[in-house]
Amino acid sequence: MKRRVLITGLGALTPVGNSVGEAWEGVCSGRSGIGPITRFDCSAHETKIAGEIKNFDPLVHVNKKELRRYDDFIVYALAAADMTMEDAALSIGTDQAERAGVIIGSAIGGLHTLEKEKENILRAGPRKISPFAIPAALANLAAGHVSIRYHLKGPINCPVTACASGTYAIGDAFRMIAWDYADVMVAGGVEAVVCPLAIGAFNAMRALSKRNDDPERASRPFDTDRDGFVLSEGCGLLILEEYHHALNRGAKVYAEIAGYGITSDAFHMAAPPPGHEGAVRCMTAALRDAAMLPEEIDYVNAHGTSTPLNDIYEAEAIRTVFGDHVSRLLVSSTKSMTGHMLGGAGGVEAVFSVKAIEEGIVPPTINLHHPDPAAGALDFVPNIARKKDVRTVMSNTFGFGGANAVLILKKFEP
Amino acid sequence: MALETKVIEIIMEQLGVTREECVPEASFVDDLGADSLDIVELIMEMEENFGIQISDDELDKIRTIQDVIDFLKTKGVK
Repeated sequence: MKRRVLITGLGALTPVGNSVGEAWEGVCSGRSGIGPITRFDCSAHETKIAGEIKNFDPLVHVNKKELRRYDDFIVYALAAADMTMEDAALSIGTDQAERAGVIIGSAIGGLHTLEKEKENILRAGPRKISPFAIPAALANLAAGHVSIRYHLKGPINCPVTACASGTYAIGDAFRMIAWDYADVMVAGGVEAVVCPLAIGAFNAMRALSKRNDDPERASRPFDTDRDGFVLSEGCGLLILEEYHHALNRGAKVYAEIAGYGITSDAFHMAAPPPGHEGAVRCMTAALRDAAMLPEEIDYVNAHGTSTPLNDIYEAEAIRTVFGDHVSRLLVSSTKSMTGHMLGGAGGVEAVFSVKAIEEGIVPPTINLHHPDPAAGALDFVPNIARKKDVRTVMSNTFGFGGANAVLILKKFEP
Repeated sequence: MALETKVIEIIMEQLGVTREECVPEASFVDDLGADSLDIVELIMEMEENFGIQISDDELDKIRTIQDVIDFLKTKGVK
């Protein structure tokens, strides 16, 4: 018997704000978190803009020794985990530890650490590689450190499915609870790769926006003038809790997870297939898992990367899945404001999806002034947030390697 | 700066411990909470600061702050 899974805690660190409240207020007011790159000298790079975490004091969450040894993605995950656990008013006792776990996805892990260590080799030879290089770089160490801090001794994992990693994490954690492998899971995604190698490598793929003179308008999903995605960093985590476990302790319930779908394109290492049939099957799988009809979805938080191909193919896939219902469906991309947090995207966008249900507000797609005719007639909630009684949200993420993941969240009704 | 003072400052920075904890007989593992990776990093920092090389065999013999100071002296560090 499949058990019900509720969301009882949220935490986020994003370029738009360093807490759920601040980030949500930011996206609802259409604020962009994109700016010039400050982390490194990017003068030789084609792209000079990114969505960086700003005004964040890591020492609130880690000590100086930890800060020196952990890659930023681990620090961000610990910060978001602290916020999430506090928000859920949750502490895991010894008797519960084995029924509590953590799944945090990351597309690339500690790339910046590897980059620095390679510089050490070139500068002074392999003997100068830090003994903390590997544990700082391994992508599963975000989940590892959160498990250590909060004594989570149940299932642990780190899905590495590129830009869909965060959604895989939440979906897989949902299944852990639904199928009785755990009662509580910390789940979401994180990324921190605003570094020379990532910017350069995505530039080499011609994937990034080069609107360097106008950073806040660079991420413009579904707009005719889009020219690529904006790389950003961040973390979004949720507490998932089994129905009775949550109600028995009087937890505040934000929403319920209704369904989860995952599919593979089996098509190309980076490009989506025409019509994005992998995404069509994925959204359909999530609806089937939720036992819902397309007509029951109120809002789609789109993958909406602002790349030429994703946006038209995703829009086409949405039209294929929802048919006539698209006239009543709202679709927006919060990446227009946050940029693309890669593995962090699914986590943060799930947090926004929950807030949309809680607050009855759909965040906009900003910088959308000339909708791409190839994306067809969809209501992308251009530029201004909209009030709507949101009972159900579909959150889409599609990763390189053809890894697709879709979550469906719904308003909680006991 | 005296060798002892310099060594203790490096240990404080690397291990995040206080000056009071850094008595000569303090054991890195038992008293200062270091694990094997901490000690490797600490020794690398000593190598960098004092311009010496410490082999793995020599590393295995280092257990306390006094061991480090004695070892550095045998290497001619002042």
